[in-house]
Amino acid sequence: MSGTYLGMPAFPAAARDAVRDTTLRANLRHATHTIRDKRAKAVAELDDWARLREAGRQIKDHTLRHLGEHLLRLEEAVTAAGGTVHWAADADEANRIVTDLVRATGEREVVKVKSMATQEIGLNEALEAAGIHAYETDLAELIVQLGKDRPSHILVPAIHRNRGEIRDIFAREMAQWGRPAPDGLTDAPAELAEAARLHLREKFLRAKVGVSGANFMVAETGTMVVVESEGNGRMCLTLPETLISVVGIEKVVPTWRDLEVFLQTLPRSSTAERMNPYTSMWTGTTDGDGPTAFHLVLLDNGRTDTLADEVGRQALRCIRCSACLNVCPVYERAGGHAYGSVYPGPIGAILSPQLRGTASEIDASLPYASSLCGACYEVCPVAIDIPEVLVHLRERVVQGGEFTRHGAKTTLKPARGHAAERAAMRAAGLVFARPGLLRAGQRLAARTRRAHPRTLPGPGRAWSATRDLPTVPKESFRDWWQRTQGRGAGPAGSSGTASGTASGTASGTASAEGRTDEGKAGA
Amino acid sequence: MRVALFLTCVNDTLYPDTGRAVVKLLSRLGVEVDFPAAQTCCGQAHYNTGYRHQAEPLARHFSDVFGEYDAIVTPSGSCGSMVRELYPRMGERARAEGRDDGLARTLAPVVPKTYELTEFLVDVLGVTDVGAYYPHTVTYHPTCHGLRSLGLGDRPTRLLAAVEGLDLVELPGARECCGFGGTFAVKNSDVSAAMGTDKVRAAESTGADVLCAADNSCLMHLGGTMTRLRTAMRPVHLAEILASTEKEPWS
Ligand code: SF4
Repeated sequence: MSGTYLGMPAFPAAARDAVRDTTLRANLRHATHTIRDKRAKAVAELDDWARLREAGRQIKDHTLRHLGEHLLRLEEAVTAAGGTVHWAADADEANRIVTDLVRATGEREVVKVKSMATQEIGLNEALEAAGIHAYETDLAELIVQLGKDRPSHILVPAIHRNRGEIRDIFAREMAQWGRPAPDGLTDAPAELAEAARLHLREKFLRAKVGVSGANFMVAETGTMVVVESEGNGRMCLTLPETLISVVGIEKVVPTWRDLEVFLQTLPRSSTAERMNPYTSMWTGTTDGDGPTAFHLVLLDNGRTDTLADEVGRQALRCIRCSACLNVCPVYERAGGHAYGSVYPGPIGAILSPQLRGTASEIDASLPYASSLCGACYEVCPVAIDIPEVLVHLRERVVQGGEFTRHGAKTTLKPARGHAAERAAMRAAGLVFARPGLLRAGQRLAARTRRAHPRTLPGPGRAWSATRDLPTVPKESFRDWWQRTQGRGAGPAGSSGTASGTASGTASGTASAEGRTDEGKAGA
Repeated sequence: MRVALFLTCVNDTLYPDTGRAVVKLLSRLGVEVDFPAAQTCCGQAHYNTGYRHQAEPLARHFSDVFGEYDAIVTPSGSCGSMVRELYPRMGERARAEGRDDGLARTLAPVVPKTYELTEFLVDVLGVTDVGAYYPHTVTYHPTCHGLRSLGLGDRPTRLLAAVEGLDLVELPGARECCGFGGTFAVKNSDVSAAMGTDKVRAAESTGADVLCAADNSCLMHLGGTMTRLRTAMRPVHLAEILASTEKEPWS
């Protein structure tokens, strides 16, 4: 993946700054809630949504199970249609291939369709180093690029910016790169869009090389599919002489028929549209129409390793709709940048540590960037159980074990910095294995309850900086039960029974005594 | 029918009132309930923090303690979902790791017999009006595991709506997580606190005097936030509201 994110602080530290940035919080809250609600409406319109979701899951799973076969079929079909297929094992190889292809045309600039794969490999930076300038043409990507910023959302990379900020970026930066922003530009959406159109139009008309990704690749015909809303993609895919597409190997689907499912689920999940405005499809090259040279760079970059993991591989089903980001309460407050990757939000939290491994601080912290609330799984149109994968990756972080890296089985050591937690978990395990120990602990806590502070020093501050601690009750339930029911101390099955008759002991006792206000959290 | 109360380690230690409320409520409805004293913890915190292997002995222990009952009732959506959703998964993972079917077979019997309290009331006992009286304005927060893992749906609110004297007001953004998330609350405390604060503010905006949920872990987080923010609201577990009657008000 791109080096631009290396050295990022771990998620909690990066998120802390975002939480305190009130403008960012407001921008994100407004944007995510708007799209979240719209998505829910768009999805509710379809009475077969659950079946479409299941179909999408199955198509992807089946394809991934026979990925090699489908990719070879795709290569054959693309080649037969006049395209050239290149295989890139990692980011460096993919960047080298694209750079060489652009160099061979003699051009010094390319226009780009919004693409996650090229961001993942840091293509723009690699091209820049070779003296080739890449112009982003998606409106939000343009904002990010002009603002020398990083994308913070898969679909709406400038979601962290409000209109005023965008106006300032356009007015300040456009002139450096081409046609300047019109004088007196305001923050009216129509004016901002028009400024971008005018700025980009000269680039579309001049460019000889286009670079794209693809949402889908159809193996049976060798057809590429790009789904977009603005029409900039259509320009980049049709006007240049040379078209280079960098696509992750998991984007292949076997047949055209499979598109039927995804072309329904993707737009509704991502932009809440029944159908996206522009769906471009092309198969190799066609004489007298569109680019005369087409190159497909098939990107692995950790995908085969991810595929080797039985639990984690479901992340490869992702169609990058970003519904999971829009619904995620953590993303909403932490913002996209805190995830330290071009893939933010829930999907990023399970994808980055698999594609990049868990060696860096940021990658080891990502599986914990979730309260496991499950909202992401609920909306995911290919039913990726993100909480399941998060927990699985937590296990990899704290326990280590075997996984696949660069195609070879590797044994991972448990991550540092979890020693205290590991000890605590072990101690808790010991106590919970012996009810007597649990009882002893509860009694000790009850005896010392008057001395318990409301706030904690050291690591405990993480709780008590913003929340009072619950008060320990005078008596645990099990002690109350034993005292009042008298038979509760025995082994399973031999314990006392609270009878349900009118004069039932339990109800009588429960109301008669023992209830203490101290039992309430923060009461 | 032999019914066991699986109270959970958190409730046993910190919220005994909730346990007493469940006992009182079920007794009133004519259900004999056992508290097998050998019970400890379902292993959820271990499992969700990445210590699945350490959670296994706890799951086995759970199965030993509760295996012979006809129904296991728990006043916790998250611990209920641990048993129902994650015990089967633990069995599968053990199998995938090349161990035998032992764990899956040991855990299988308790899975379908475990009910979250509102499921037990509505589905097994077939009641929504439990004869409770609670003269307060209440707003209900559906906790995530109850909502999404167990699919409790409108069971809790149907139960609340049938309580005499209770004025149920809708919580804006009810389906959003409160930010507790187990170890998330301390590992990502800033985000967790921001989520908790937003939830408390949303609850306050309803004008309710009680914030009700069916999971004390989330209420511990929200209650701790409430007192820190000096709100006038109180967190109350659903069981305590349902246990309350005109003659014996709970709180
Ligand atoms: S994980 Fe699912 S919801 Fe998230 S971007 Fe991918 S397909 Fe969409």
